[in-house]
Amino acid sequence: MNSKTSNNIATGVIYVLVAAVIGILVFLLGYILWTGIPHISWHFLTSAAQSFRAGGGVRDQLFNSMYLLVLTLIISFPIALGSGIYLSEYAPNNWFTGLIRTAVEVLSSLPSVVVGLFGYLLFVIQFNMGCSILAGAIALTFFNLPLLTRSIEESLQDVSQLQREAGLSLGLSRWKTITGIVLPAAVPGILTGIILSAGRVFGEAAALIYTAGQSAPTVNYGDWNPVDPASFLNPLRPAETLAVHIWKLNTEGVTPDAAAISSGASAVLIVVILLFNLLARMLGNWMYKKMTATR
Amino acid sequence: MQNYSFDDTHIIDMPLEKVLTTDNLQVFYGDNHAMHDATLEFPRYRITALIGASGSGKSTYLRCLNRMNDRIATVKGKIMYRDTDINSQNINVYEVRKHISMVFQRPNPFAKSIRENITFALKRNGIKDKNELNKRVEESLKAAALWDEVKDELDKSALALSGGQAQRLCIARCVAMKPDILLLDEPASALDPISTAKIEETLQQLRKNYSIIIVTHNMQQASRIADYTAFFHMGHVLEFDETEKLFTNPQIKATEDYISGNFG
Ligand SMILES: Nc1ncnc2c1ncn2[C@@H]1O[C@H](COP(=O)(O)OP(=O)(O)O)[C@@H](O)[C@H]1O
Ligand SMILES: [Mg+2]
Repeated sequence: MNSKTSNNIATGVIYVLVAAVIGILVFLLGYILWTGIPHISWHFLTSAAQSFRAGGGVRDQLFNSMYLLVLTLIISFPIALGSGIYLSEYAPNNWFTGLIRTAVEVLSSLPSVVVGLFGYLLFVIQFNMGCSILAGAIALTFFNLPLLTRSIEESLQDVSQLQREAGLSLGLSRWKTITGIVLPAAVPGILTGIILSAGRVFGEAAALIYTAGQSAPTVNYGDWNPVDPASFLNPLRPAETLAVHIWKLNTEGVTPDAAAISSGASAVLIVVILLFNLLARMLGNWMYKKMTATR
Repeated sequence: MQNYSFDDTHIIDMPLEKVLTTDNLQVFYGDNHAMHDATLEFPRYRITALIGASGSGKSTYLRCLNRMNDRIATVKGKIMYRDTDINSQNINVYEVRKHISMVFQRPNPFAKSIRENITFALKRNGIKDKNELNKRVEESLKAAALWDEVKDELDKSALALSGGQAQRLCIARCVAMKPDILLLDEPASALDPISTAKIEETLQQLRKNYSIIIVTHNMQQASRIADYTAFFHMGHVLEFDETEKLFTNPQIKATEDYISGNFG
């Protein structure tokens, strides 16, 4: 076999594999959207879920997912940023750093159910938080931290060593070089990392079933006081998310239209995640342009 | 490659005012003894070229002079600048680098606007006055012969500049800090001949106010712009003399072979 034929065969095989991946993706997305979108309506997005009757919506679940996501990012981003900067810029190449990297690796491969049960035992039971958004956000932080740390570390590493040398050679300290030159140059990458991880968090169910809970009590969207039990911002109330709602509808849903609502909710979930991804790219590009010119 | 004796050296005493001297400078990358005994004296307001084959230790040596080898290599010996050994432990390296600034082989503008590439370090060093900042931007860009090309697009991204422009911006960025000494490590090796010529012209201008040490493996370049030249070979400085003398009448066999192209 000459090199031309073998090259053709290899290319052919690669094309087939790529086609298979795209095919699976298109099928899944298509199926979910095809079966789900007909059930989405303004009413569906803006009314509360029903326990027994048909015609419920996903308003609270959708909001809970968003709120949980925001809380999770508020907790996990600073930690991930700190560890990402440490790992990329300061960590010496020794056994201790290796240990940290392995720990991050292990954390990222923990099954989310395990994270959820751990959160349940520690926060919900031991710390008496009850099933709450906060407990869920902490569980999701465990789940999110490794990926986010990794992506921040990689974004920083992607910034050329030449940039650091340039900063140092102008008499800037390492810290000023990192915060003023390396970090801004890494912002598009970091942003993409955040939004991609947000997609994962948004779709997560297993870690939340026993932490954020499976009930969506009616809350008052006009009450902006986070310590008020009825407020929609209260982090200590239980909060069923969209993904948990879908799981629940499919396991123990008793409303007559459980299947329809589940399809609709799945489509909403997918659309939101797609939007996140789109946003990630647009924002990344925009930030990059913005940063490289004087404001 | 032919073996040249490392004991056979010709290093003149600097007759002019000295801006920087190194005394028995040695560099180790772990076990790799990359620089042996470099003892050189650099003149003020002149251009000194460091030449030698690739891997001979030119960059290694140059990077010691503003402590860019910290954390990378072990540097022994003395670097005297204004009666201070700036290679000693308790020296504030950031302060050193404000006086001795470096331009690298590959242009490395920040991912910021042209203006901010210059003002960034100035601001971080406490210069807040708008007028002063604008003045420095203009002065340094003029000094680097870039002003006419970019004066209308100072707020555009520096990443859009051509390689030659970017390199001149990097020179301007150093100049804006008003250092004493400019170190340049093959600043034109990644550039086309026209950009190279512009850089050389720029250096000739800067020579009036700055002491310049430039690494180059382009001997024509060295002979065109440098007042003094040092020849490096396998981690040793074998010859240091006025450029004219070193190129027309080298005292060391290795230098002669290198400049006549009979090397290795
Ligand atoms: N960062 C480094 N780590 C280890 N060895 C290095 C490093 N930089 C340079 N060296 C070694 O030091 C020697 C001199 O290299 P260098 O100073 O780059 O030479 P030149 O600039 O003259 O081409 C070479 O043997 C090179 O392998
Ligand atoms: Mg070099």
